[in-house]
Amino acid sequence: MSGGALPIAVRELTKRYGQATVLDGVDIDVASGEFLTLLGPSGSGKTTLLMILAGFTRPDAGSLRFGAQEMVRTPPHRRNLGVVFQSYALFPHMDVAGNVGFPLSLRGVSVDERRRRVRTALELVRLDDFGSRRIDQLSGGQRQRVALARAIVFEPGVLLMDEPLSALDKKLREQMQIELRRLHARLGMTVIYVTHDQREALTLSDRIAVIDHGRIQQIDTPRRLYERPGSHFVADFIGDSTFLPVSVIDGVARWQDRVLALADPPAMDGKFLLVIRPEKLAIVGVGAAGGGNRIDAVVEDIVYQGDSLRIDLRLADGAVITLNEPARAARIAALPARGAAVGLVMDPADTLLVPAP
Amino acid sequence: MNVAGLRADAARERAVLAALASPAFLILGGLLFIPAGWLFWLSFYDETGLSLANYRRMVTEPAYLSVFGVTLELSLLVTVLAVCLGYPLAYMIAKLPGRAATICLTLVLVPFWTALLVRTYAWLVLLQRRGILNTLLMKWGLIDQLLALVHNFTGTAIGMLHIMIPFLVLPVYANMRALDHDYMRAAASLGASPASAFWRVYLPLTFPGLAAGTVMVFVICLGFYVTPQFLGGGRVTTVSMKIQQNVTTYVDWGAASALGVVLFVMTAGIFWLASRVLSLRSLTGMQPP
Repeated sequence: MSGGALPIAVRELTKRYGQATVLDGVDIDVASGEFLTLLGPSGSGKTTLLMILAGFTRPDAGSLRFGAQEMVRTPPHRRNLGVVFQSYALFPHMDVAGNVGFPLSLRGVSVDERRRRVRTALELVRLDDFGSRRIDQLSGGQRQRVALARAIVFEPGVLLMDEPLSALDKKLREQMQIELRRLHARLGMTVIYVTHDQREALTLSDRIAVIDHGRIQQIDTPRRLYERPGSHFVADFIGDSTFLPVSVIDGVARWQDRVLALADPPAMDGKFLLVIRPEKLAIVGVGAAGGGNRIDAVVEDIVYQGDSLRIDLRLADGAVITLNEPARAARIAALPARGAAVGLVMDPADTLLVPAP
Repeated sequence: MNVAGLRADAARERAVLAALASPAFLILGGLLFIPAGWLFWLSFYDETGLSLANYRRMVTEPAYLSVFGVTLELSLLVTVLAVCLGYPLAYMIAKLPGRAATICLTLVLVPFWTALLVRTYAWLVLLQRRGILNTLLMKWGLIDQLLALVHNFTGTAIGMLHIMIPFLVLPVYANMRALDHDYMRAAASLGASPASAFWRVYLPLTFPGLAAGTVMVFVICLGFYVTPQFLGGGRVTTVSMKIQQNVTTYVDWGAASALGVVLFVMTAGIFWLASRVLSLRSLTGMQPP
């Protein structure tokens, strides 16, 4: 039921509240049908950006196009966007069908046609027989689905979602993420999604824009963002990373006195940080032969976490890094004891440097 | 284990609560319900003994009918005007940021803290024939003969309206403040113009507060005495004024009591109706104010 997805172009969007600059000249291009997530810590400006896209907040400067049309001064009710709110904002004085039919009745859709489209939208979110339910009779997950059905029933070209899953518990949230992927694949509208949950962003998005201090820090596919972060902030914000200081001289990267093998060496000399991610390390015996970048460490603590084991390791210079081991019986049995000296290996393809801030 | 001791503790807590509440109970029971019950009883008596004469008079004598007519007309007019003026005022205050809202709300509440008689006389100063308003309007050339703004129905309505507005604003404001901004944003995003968002979302969602305020204003208006007495100039007689006349001028406690009973029944009836409507509203998922 796609009514024609629209591309979005944001140019030099700026918003200040008094002295504070919330958005500082933001540029984003979203292809039609793309699922783009705005990811950032709280106060980064991601919600303000979404509110400006929806038309609820007026920017101080900038341009905003949906398709070919300049929208920055268009009031929200003429933007023809679907918006899903964190609070859902379902109208409590209407039943489920009343809520989903509301945008259609505003557009003068006939009663029969409205009934048919409401039914289709509710089927799409798997709430086929819920039309006559009152809102307060629905669970959180069901409300979420009704809010989604209401936002897509009038076939908007763009769907905006403001942390729509944050009120749900973990299991339901993961289930809804899968459903959102399925719906997006089926309907093909352009989606802009705000979250502070990096895993959710990685799961759902075609691309992720990482925002901090009102600026886009990096905009990339989930895999490139995770595996090739462009800055210390992005590497730190996405994934559980530890950083070790590295200097690159004449194209040779050294951590302390060890030379690091890199699949993707930096183009310039200077000070860098080695990004260590818990799942990229493997434990080997001290002095064991084999390739890759080797680090010597002492086991400081081993914590059982159900699906995995978290192993804290202390390096010679006192830095502590963390490693994840899947909790399989054979691996647990083979783990070194606390206090044991071990060797750690990281593949050159997983050995990643970011510029030191 | 310890059953007797725990029970004794619970009993002691109940006894303390009862003791704390007892003064209020005594005052309400002794000073309100007993005299009211006695007046109720009196309303069925006249000089010949037990009779319905006091009630019969209300439907047969035109003077009584007009008293009820005036009271209802005045109460309805003031209630409608209070809604027309109070609802937008509450909306404006609800839209203001915290500090400004507190100041505005305080200004709305000032009438509450001023003596009724003082406010009524203040209106007299403003509205009388050679009062401030008439003088200014004449000076500016907006009118060429003095307006009769007081000692009549108009003056009474103006004075009552001023007193009743806070009673409407407070519940409506509380309702509006509690309303999530996202409802109106959602309505706009779904394509509702500001006007249709108001009629189809905002008004229904603030209806409980509006209904509570409206009922409150109407019911208080039904029993108004001081303002019509001073601003009505003898041309406006409300039920409460008729009651007072019956007691002080005719010393007819039976007639006065019967009027009181009818007024009470009307008030109770309105509350009952309102509670039916409001509970129906909360059944449909709306939050009570």
